[in-house]
Amino acid sequence: MGRYLLRRVAQSMVTLVLATMVVFAGVRALPGDPARALAGEENDPARIAAVRAKYGLDDAVWLQYWHYLTNSLTGDFGTSVRTNIPVAEMLKSALPVTIELSLLSLSVAALIGVLTGVLAAVRRGHPAEWLSNAFALLGLSVPNFWLGLMAILYLSVALAIFPASGHVPFFEDPVANLHHMVLPALVLGTGLAAVIMRQTRSSMLDALGTDYIRTARAKGLAERTVIGVHALRNSLIVVVTIVGLQLGALISGAVVTERIFGLPGFGKLTVDSVFQRDYPVIQGVVLVTASAYILINLLVDLLYSLIDPRIRVQGEAA
Amino acid sequence: MSTPSTNAPTGRRRPNAGDGPELVPTHSDEPLLQVRDLTVGFRTEDGRVSAVDQVSFDARAGELLAVVGESGCGKSVAATALSGLLPHNATVTGSVRLDGVELVGASPDQLRAVRGKEIAYIFQEPMTSLNPVFTVGRQVAEVLRVHEGMNRRDAMSRAVELLELVGIPTPRERIKHYPHQLSGGLRQRVMIAMAVACNPRVLVADEPTTALDVTVQAGILDVLRDMRDRLGAAVVLITHDLGVVADVADRVMVMYAGRVVERGEVHELFERPRHHYTVGLLGAVPSARTADGQQRLREIPGLVPTLAEQPDACTFADRCPAASDKCRSSQPRLDVAPASRHEVACWHPAGTDRAEVPA
Repeated sequence: MGRYLLRRVAQSMVTLVLATMVVFAGVRALPGDPARALAGEENDPARIAAVRAKYGLDDAVWLQYWHYLTNSLTGDFGTSVRTNIPVAEMLKSALPVTIELSLLSLSVAALIGVLTGVLAAVRRGHPAEWLSNAFALLGLSVPNFWLGLMAILYLSVALAIFPASGHVPFFEDPVANLHHMVLPALVLGTGLAAVIMRQTRSSMLDALGTDYIRTARAKGLAERTVIGVHALRNSLIVVVTIVGLQLGALISGAVVTERIFGLPGFGKLTVDSVFQRDYPVIQGVVLVTASAYILINLLVDLLYSLIDPRIRVQGEAA
Repeated sequence: MSTPSTNAPTGRRRPNAGDGPELVPTHSDEPLLQVRDLTVGFRTEDGRVSAVDQVSFDARAGELLAVVGESGCGKSVAATALSGLLPHNATVTGSVRLDGVELVGASPDQLRAVRGKEIAYIFQEPMTSLNPVFTVGRQVAEVLRVHEGMNRRDAMSRAVELLELVGIPTPRERIKHYPHQLSGGLRQRVMIAMAVACNPRVLVADEPTTALDVTVQAGILDVLRDMRDRLGAAVVLITHDLGVVADVADRVMVMYAGRVVERGEVHELFERPRHHYTVGLLGAVPSARTADGQQRLREIPGLVPTLAEQPDACTFADRCPAASDKCRSSQPRLDVAPASRHEVACWHPAGTDRAEVPA
């Protein structure tokens, strides 16, 4: 287990370095000269040269990359060219909002998705399966923005149960914070729940047809043990993969939901920085997103080995 | 149709059931397991398929009954039907009585109490029949916790004893292993340990050696024999391997296309097979003579038919060398041969003609 863990962490580090190269190259591949853009409209060569020197843009490319890498590692992502606020600070204030939203909606999705998925697999041919499938199709087809607007229209405006928008930091007022998070988390979680439900259902059906499930029944185990312990544990591998992929997508892609509910999260920061051509911020956002993906992938792999002992041994043998 | 019983199907409790495998004498003349007219069909998308047709047999305590037949002859279905383990699209009629308690039509709870406790199973594929994500110790202990109400620690230490009993070396280390860390033979021994954990009275072994190396097979068969003698269990061994049958069985039941076609004591049946299907099966066994090329290995022409309905005819007639018009218009029933407990369902039994019997 120790060696497997070490190997996976090392692999992740390599991937991360590759990610920084892509980000670095990507920003430089963008059309337009940042020095020219920063120097203002006059096109004064002296001013442009001064800006170049100030930001190290006249250094060799590999030296620029080296500065970028070392600065990133020390948490220095540069300064926003629009607001003059350090990018690190902007990320620090946006990330918690998005992480909270992602984890909440993921919990909602996993809970609903796994439960209905198991139900649909076990009650095959019963109305419960039909209902679960209908729910999944609906969850997949309804766009988030529409669901969000409907939620605001009915639950916030008409019934006034939940606030329509805004955000309160968790450590200032946990209750108010959660109160604001309920609707976005539900809206974001619905589509996810549908994806998880479909995966759970199909992997559960696979598991239920296996010989070891017949063995479990032949042992005289109660049906809830057969399904909830023997079959579910084997179906979880697929579900964990999906959840991991979705969590990565959530961190970068809750853009629409954050926008609708006015949450100052990562999605909002991304969109704003892109619209304002705020390159240092874009660079920071992309790097953090990439890191999040890599970290989540690492966690998913470690989870695999906890769920399925066969993966543990393969890692050790290699 | 079945007559659902009001009794709990747990039957007689043996004293000290959890204390260890011990000799459990059954002094009753009544057979432990009485199966009468067991009929199983499946509803499929292509309509009804008949898998088992009016199968009747007894299994006695301390006796090893072999059920023989080609793939698809219904032997596994009949065995899984004993404790209602079949999928939902199966319809089961007839009667299965364990110590006088009716199991066909019993409630799910009653059947659960029987499974693993009174009737235990060993399946063909030790590779896939154990759950890959749990240790073998946990899987053995699970039976004891469910049926004997043991706590985790007691069940685990009992699991160690059981693994030792079925001949697994260093059981104390092995209980911590996962199935993929064990060889096929060891996994099958784990399956047996799991099956005998609660001293079952009927042990159904469905092709237990088919997936194993020949060298491992003998060991597994020894364990089965040992369990029959120690537990005094009725062992129902399902196989298509006549070598295995000759080796371990007390009695043999030959099935063809869902029906019992011949039944008898093992030596009698091997010496004087009376059904032409049995004759064909025995002729298809390789021997020293076929290996030398002196005699060709004989095969039975054709395939086992898949039947929607069981016809009033002999289902083997189309492949039978002795078939007549009568075979195609009237179903032969099991008849006891004169002067032996050897039954055959055939209008023209092979019986007297020794030339048809391979050595």
